[in-house]
Amino acid sequence: MIRAAALALVLGVIATGPAYAAPPNAADLEAELVCPVCETTLDQSNAPVAERMKTFIRARIAAGDSEQEIKDALVVQFGSEVLAEPPGGGFGLLAWLLPIAGLVGGAIAVALLVRAWSRKASPADTSAEPLDPELERLVDDELARFDG
Amino acid sequence: MGQGVAIGLVALLFALLAWSLLTDEGGTLAAQANRGERPAAPDFTLERLDEDGDLRLSSFEGKAVVVNFWASWCIPCKDEAPFLEELWRDNRDRDLVVLGLDSRDFRADARRFADRFGLTFPLAYDGPGDEASSFGVTGYPETFVLDREGRVVAAFKGGVDGDDVRPRLLEAIDEALAT
Repeated sequence: MIRAAALALVLGVIATGPAYAAPPNAADLEAELVCPVCETTLDQSNAPVAERMKTFIRARIAAGDSEQEIKDALVVQFGSEVLAEPPGGGFGLLAWLLPIAGLVGGAIAVALLVRAWSRKASPADTSAEPLDPELERLVDDELARFDG
Repeated sequence: MGQGVAIGLVALLFALLAWSLLTDEGGTLAAQANRGERPAAPDFTLERLDEDGDLRLSSFEGKAVVVNFWASWCIPCKDEAPFLEELWRDNRDRDLVVLGLDSRDFRADARRFADRFGLTFPLAYDGPGDEASSFGVTGYPETFVLDREGRVVAAFKGGVDGDDVRPRLLEAIDEALAT
């Protein structure tokens, strides 16, 4: 009985979950959208069009739109350049992937270069030419003089 | 091996650079026009701002067209708007069409702008700036003069109402009408 009541309570919470979802935050959105005039985020701009966009955001929040719906509505009117972060799909995905690819590619290139250089250096150590016997004798004599 | 990878990476970077230059059609469009070539302007169909329905560039074939990209928040656009209206009124009987494309803007703001300046030439809405991109527009306003066959005769970055630009624009219009 208690177990059934607990289950009903959990299911009830899950079912009513979305009703408690917080509305989008205007300040957060203003930090994620770009003013077309000054090309800074809306929260840092007081250009007339930025003020209009802020008003639009507040009106759409009041109308119950989600963050994504508000962003989509602004992209339709101002293009994807209005997003401070490039979109995660299509061509915008390149903006995320290229720096990572560059870093990975650079690390691989450095690793391969280091490996190639160390390979070049090590054979030189093992294949060092033997000392001329005459020169070796002179070195030994000199060392013996110092030791003596 | 390492050297091969380094050369490969450099080659890849050059390939990316070449690709970006080759696919930058719009920038090339203005550059080609100002070199005296006449590249074909990309055709488009856009929602009208001044009345219901769509507006298709190729529907003006046979006429010279001044395509002006603007936005209501753009200050030089406000300065040149009366001049463009005057240009339209004075030359519409000569087979010249002035076409305003509003980009990166709220429709309502664009309509208010048109009302404020009494614009009567055809206006279309290029909200996300797709056509601005295909023309290679990098800022607002930008103006393209197309001849009767839809080829770009000249391109102007910034306002066209200034004393230094106006004669060049009128000259390009005469040239476009002469084709």
